[in-house]
Formats: sequence, C-alpha cells, structure tokens
Amino acid sequence: MIRKVFLSLLVLGICSTAKAEWALNMPKGITELSLETYNIHMMIFWWCVAIGVVVFGVMIVSLVKHRKSKGVKPATFSHSTTAEVIWTTIPVVILMLIAIPVAETMVKLEDSRNPDISIVVTGYQWKWHYKYQDEDIAFFSSLARSSVEARRKQSGVDPFAVDNYLLDVDRPVVVPLDAKVRLLITSNDVVHSWWVPDLAIKKDAVPGIVNETWFKATEVGTYRGQCAELCGKDHGYMPIVIEVIEPEAYQAWVDTRKEGAPRIAGAQQ
Amino acid sequence: MSTTVADLHEHHEDHGPAKGIGRWLFATNHKDIGTMYLIFSLTMFFIGGAMAMVIRSELAIPGLQFVHPEFFNSMTTMHALIMVFGAVMPAFVGLANWMIPLMIGAPDMALPRMNNWSFWILPVAFGILLSTLFMPGGAPAGGWTMYPPLILQTGDAFPFLIFSVHLMGISSIMGAINVIVTIINMRAPDMSLLKMPMFVWTWLITAYLLIAVMPVLAGAVTMLLTDQFFGTSFFLAAGGGDPVMFQHIFWFFGHPEVYIMILPAFGVVSEIIPTFSRKPLFGHDSMVYAASSIAFLSFIVWAHHMFTVGMPLTGQMFFMFATMLIAVPTGVKIFNWVATMWRGAMTFETPMLFSLAFVFLFTIGGFSGLMLAAAPADIQYHDTYFVVAHFHYVLVPGSVFAIMAGAYYWLPKWTGHMYNETLGKLHFWASTIFVNLTFFPMHFLGLAGMPRRIPDYSTQFADFNTVASIGAIGFGLSQLIFVWVILSAWKGSKATDRVWEGSHGLEWTVPSPAPYHTFETPPKARIANEAFD
Repeated sequence: MIRKVFLSLLVLGICSTAKAEWALNMPKGITELSLETYNIHMMIFWWCVAIGVVVFGVMIVSLVKHRKSKGVKPATFSHSTTAEVIWTTIPVVILMLIAIPVAETMVKLEDSRNPDISIVVTGYQWKWHYKYQDEDIAFFSSLARSSVEARRKQSGVDPFAVDNYLLDVDRPVVVPLDAKVRLLITSNDVVHSWWVPDLAIKKDAVPGIVNETWFKATEVGTYRGQCAELCGKDHGYMPIVIEVIEPEAYQAWVDTRKEGAPRIAGAQQ
Repeated sequence: MSTTVADLHEHHEDHGPAKGIGRWLFATNHKDIGTMYLIFSLTMFFIGGAMAMVIRSELAIPGLQFVHPEFFNSMTTMHALIMVFGAVMPAFVGLANWMIPLMIGAPDMALPRMNNWSFWILPVAFGILLSTLFMPGGAPAGGWTMYPPLILQTGDAFPFLIFSVHLMGISSIMGAINVIVTIINMRAPDMSLLKMPMFVWTWLITAYLLIAVMPVLAGAVTMLLTDQFFGTSFFLAAGGGDPVMFQHIFWFFGHPEVYIMILPAFGVVSEIIPTFSRKPLFGHDSMVYAASSIAFLSFIVWAHHMFTVGMPLTGQMFFMFATMLIAVPTGVKIFNWVATMWRGAMTFETPMLFSLAFVFLFTIGGFSGLMLAAAPADIQYHDTYFVVAHFHYVLVPGSVFAIMAGAYYWLPKWTGHMYNETLGKLHFWASTIFVNLTFFPMHFLGLAGMPRRIPDYSTQFADFNTVASIGAIGFGLSQLIFVWVILSAWKGSKATDRVWEGSHGLEWTVPSPAPYHTFETPPKARIANEAFD
C-alpha cells in the first residue's frame, strides 16, 4: 500500500511544474549549475526508486506468500555468504556511479574565478545588505511593506491577497543576464544563509568569515528566495529578490543608482 | 565480578520491592528503573508532542494566527531537545535496563546505584529545561543545535539551557557505562560476544558512541557558557573566534547522536522480525559488523550537516564520499531483515506491524538521506522542509516506531498480561497513516523552496502545510490509544512465559510478569534456547 502511494505521488511529481501550487519537485532554475543540480537530484531519486522497487517488491512478495495463515513451514536458513557479498558489492557500485558526476559538479560550483561583477552580501537581523564592489552602489533590502503589514499576528489581512506574500522586498538585487556574478557573503551579527532556489545557491553568511559563491543567470526574470539559517525571531521575514535584466538595462540601472547613491550609500556608511 | 554480584543477591532472595515512594526514589532494581525510564520517556513524548501541535497549528494556514515568532522558535527548539534527549534516548535506556539483564542472564545491571542516579538526574534536567518557558526572555529559541552567535542572544534561560544539557549528558554517560560494564562482565557463562542477542549488541555499540560523544557536547556548550559569561571568544568573531568551529564540534557529537537514536531501534526490530517470521535472524554476524561499521563511519561524516557553511572542496568531497558509504552497511541491515522474512511463516501481531512499518519507512528516510549526501543537491535541500521530512522519517516511523514495537513486544513480559490486540492494531494503522500524511508532504515543501524553522510562509506552500498539519493532529491523537492500550493491559488475559510462539532468548525463560529478582544464579543460555525448538 505504501509503495502504491509512493508511486502515485511520484507520477504526480513528474506531471507537475515547479511554479504551480502543490509544487512537488525542485525547480530546474536558470543557471547551468542549477540544471546540473536538478539532474543530480533526479538521478539519485531514480536510483532510490529502482532500489525501492526491488527491496519493497521482494518484501511485499514475502509478506503476501510467506504467512503462517497459508500453512507455510518456516525455512531454517540463517546466512548466505554469497547473497551477503552480492548485496554489499552492488550498493558500492551504484554509489560510485552516483559519486562521479556529483563530484564533477562540485568542482564547477567552487570555481568563482574571473567574475564579471562582484557583490558583497551582508546579513543583518533581519535584512540583507548588498554592495556592488566595482560600482558605487550599496543598499539594504528588507521585507516589502505590503507583507510587513500582513505578517503581524492576527493582522486581518488575507495573505492570499498580498502579492508574493513574504517573498517581496523593497529593493531587489539587480544583475545582468549572462554575466558571471560573484557573491562575497558575510554577516554583521548571527549566522544567516543566502538562498535562491532558482540559482541553486545557498551559502551561509557567517560573522568574521567571507564566503564566496557564484552564478551566471541565463534567463531574464525575477527570482525569489529566503534566509535559510535560523537567525532569530524574524528569520522568516528576510526574503531575497533578484532581478535578472539585459546587460544594457543593467548599465542604465547602474547609472541611475549612482546618481541616487548619496541617499542610500550615505545612510549606510 | 559476576560471582560477587550473585553472592550479594543471595541474601535478598525473598525480598520483594520496598513499600511506598522509597521503592522508586531509592530504586536499584533494573526493572523498576527501566519502568521509570519508560514512563518518563512517554511523559516527555507527550510534552514534546504538545509543542509539535503548537508548531503545526501555527503552520496550518499562511499568516500568523496563534503565537509570536519568538515563541514559535522556542517551540521548535524545545520540541527537538525534549524529543531527542527526553523521549527517544531515555526510552531506549529504559528498554536496555529492563531487557539487557534478562537477555544476557544477569541478575541486575552491574552498577545499580549509579543506575538510580542516572535516572533521577533526568527529571531534574528536564524540570530545569521546561522551567525556562516561564523565564524573562522566554525559552531557548536558537534551535536545538544551539549555533552561536544566535544562541548567545537567549535571555535568562541561557545558563539553564547549558546546565540542563550538561545534566542530560552526565545521565547518558552513566547509563552507557552501566550498559557496557553489564554486557562485558555479566553475561551468562556460555554466552560469547557473538552469541549475544542483536538488541544487546546494538546497545553495546550505542553505549560506546555515547561515551565518545557526550563529553564533546558538554565541551561545546561549556565554551558557549564561557563565551557568554567569562569573556572568552571561542566562537565570537569579534574576539578572534570562529562561529563555524562550534558547528564542527556540535556535529562531531550530533552525527553519532543520530546513530545513538537508531542503533538500538535496529536491535529491537532485529529481535521482533525473527520472532514473528518464526525463523532465525538472517546474517547475525554481518548485522554486528554492519552496526559496528555504521558506528565507525558516524565519526567521520559530521560535516555533511555543513555543506553550505563554506568548506574547502576537498573537505566537501571527503565528507560526501564517507556519508555515501554509510548506505552500504545500512543496506546490509535492511536486506538482512527482508531475508529474515523470506520463506518464514509470518504472523502480524502489533509488534511485527510496527517493525514492518519501520523497515519500509526507515528505508524511505534512508533514501532521502542518500539524496542529501550529494553535496550539490544538498545545497538545495539544506535547511528546508526536505531535511525536516528526512529526519522525521528516520526518527518517528524509525526510532519511535521501534520503541513502540518493543513496548508491545515486551509488555506481556513486564506486566504479565496480554494487551488488547485490536486496540494495538488500531494504534498501529492510525499512527502509520497519519505519520505519512504529516511527513511525506514535507518533502515537496522543501523541494519547492520552503525553509525550515519559519513561523509563516508564502502562499504557494499553503496546501501541503495544511495536509501536514491535519496529519500531525491525527498522529498526536493516535498516541492516546497507545496510553489506553498500556493502561488496559493490566486487565488483559494472562501471558505465558514464552508469550510469543516464535520467541527465543533468555528473557522468555523467566515467568511473566518477570519476578522482581531474576537469574540470581547464571543460566545456561544455549540450553535455554534449545528448549524452545
């Protein structure tokens, strides 16, 4: 019965898309590496399904056939070296088949050399601060006002009536399409974690340590994420919004931000 | 050693239990102490469960309805501490106290007074921990993992948290010493190590794990304490310390801790499946080697809890490969259980049903564990509901189901009466359906991007959260049946000595209920077992 439920859920999982409600699976994301991550996830998933079908299959056959109520006389065997060698060796082989492609992806994930732009991301209780290293741009990014009002206890505001409830910010991070963006992530107080599922990036923001990660977005759009490491009472209220735009539009954005820079950067310094 | 203990007991031969409260306060009898551990654990299971109900009620629909975020964080923190240290671990120590002397033919635990001490520390430790709920600043809300610097923002509760964790550690270490000394010194003369029942074996390994890692946890929390009050900077970046070092130390304790909670469960299930399959456990020795390998590997995989913390590539690779290796001995255990069932003559009493569900559902938790081992995928799963689903699958239909299976299996030996089988089955089916309804949807929530430990969430996560909350309330209510079955067992039909048709082992050679003193002269284990065939 459990296997049936599992399988039907599985079928549901394949038919659905990531963005729909009742979403069942990991998003494929918008970078080469997020797709690779998704593929690793699915590869191991299918290995598990295959192993599950065999193990649970044998077990279910046994549960159906080898019952006392069917008048079965129990066998007396208690070991078989051959069987034990086989079912130790096969998992080792499967694990090697899994580990090799995974290790290849890991090497790519860590290679943040030669970025096009670098952004310093600093976690605060409970908002994010972004500083574009080569431009004179720096700003805080906090939960959008619409959600701030709706999130209060018994606020009377229907969360479904708020656009992107808890996943919208006042100032999103803006990055150009097809550029290698390096993030230098740190924290000003406690440990946070910067996570955007569509980029397949999650990196802890640790006080006193600067962590590095990178991505190269291949699709224009707005992508949302959240702080992933418990950081105090408003841990659930420090979302991340990233806008990927065409390089020309990005250049225009940089120019306008620079003009407005004193207001924002001044507040920061 | 064993002769000295036997001599001492000669004088007490006719003594029953002491009268009144003194029997429990000054208990040195392994059966009394085992009973107290089990009752304590069940109490904590309900207190921790009530906290889970608060969590799931708040998360049933989006928006903040019942509690403030600070209190929500206290609930997740306290739920975990209570379930791990108050419910699961003491339940296994209770089973160990009751069953290890009976299984190896010993008159009692080797160190009865220390046994008393290790139990009575626990109510004090948890009294202190629970009292923090009423302190200024509230109960600890930094997660059971107590990561600094966040945990240092705890209010007045902070030193009480540290003290209660110290006490829990002391209690566990004393319990573990007792288990090891008992097993090594007090076995029936003809019971060699490799002839020991699987439950005894897994507990022996668990006890070594406990002694190895509980002091590490104590060290870690002591450093938190001195960082907070005595001006040290072990984990404070501003003073040259490293917050990540705490995570390394914590998980060096934390990962073996995971196996401390599952190895005795493997032992319980390895006792029950052969009994109801009417067939010896398949590959007894390879089960022992598998459990030992798991215990060894548990010391070299801790940083797989920290793939997002910023580790060198080679470090990540090492911890990923080591973690994947654990799938091999764990697989051996599962295959051996299936091979034990194969061509047996199975019946499906409640202990067997719980054990079968254990094998199915623990395996599902094992699968998600394998997925989590792959570092790039873990970067997506880490700190999401996918992880919550994973560890609840291995802990609830894993450890907790095994504890319940054990409770049903040995209850007739403890009470002398059979429990009500219909109610037992009702409890099993209700628990199994609701546990899946609660935790399976959490896989989807995590994959869709819902972080853990948040009191409120975006609307696209609404549907599965509602399903999980309904399941959780159902699971919570189902456990009331368990209490009812236990209480009503005192009116059940009289149990035979052997209780189950297929049972083997010394514990079934003594009368039901087990007399206050058993095995005052060491039995012959082999002869006792041959009598059953």
